Amino acid sequence: MEVLERIKQQVDENPVILYMKGTPKMPMCGFSSRTAEALQSCGKEFAYVNVLADPEIFENLPRFADWPTFPQLYVNGELVGGCDITLELKEKGELQKMVDEATA
Amino acid sequence: MNMQSEIEKKLQTDLDPVHIEVINETHMHNVPEDADSHFKVTVVSERFNDLPLIKQHRLVNAALSDELKQIHALALHTYTPDQWFERTGGVPQSPPCRGGSNI
Repeated sequence: MEVLERIKQQVDENPVILYMKGTPKMPMCGFSSRTAEALQSCGKEFAYVNVLADPEIFENLPRFADWPTFPQLYVNGELVGGCDITLELKEKGELQKMVDEATA
Repeated sequence: MNMQSEIEKKLQTDLDPVHIEVINETHMHNVPEDADSHFKVTVVSERFNDLPLIKQHRLVNAALSDELKQIHALALHTYTPDQWFERTGGVPQSPPCRGGSNI
């Protein structure tokens, strides 16, 4: 399957999915680590893709939603943003709401 | 021009900011000594008015598209002038005179 189709399928099939460097247990980047922590604090299951373990996704994810950096959080198939946006949403209590609604 | 000034210049030109701060955080990371790779940017601009965060960040990413190909990390904090004023309570006041110029 073409890589952009593969990404599309992943974000469509998983209501909350984080593309990150490393894994939530073994993050390989401070920004990915903070974003995963913020998501974990919502107490709901979420999917993740370790972009370091999938060079094709690492190369192509930036053009999927025209977003140049990692990590990238998608909720209900839409890009929410990177680390700074996720943390800001968490601070405002909006992240919890989004995740609750998406996983309900 | 170094990367920090390059980023400042691009943001000044493209976003007409009322406040901008670019901090080189490369020293906090495990990279070669001459690296210039990790930056933290705070931008306050009227262009962000009424835009959701993701669109504000998209404007910055677009302004820095060349730089983003070279640097490794960009922490991004964007505010509208109103949000910035609320957050900081306006620009800090300069300290009062203590008479030192007459000594």
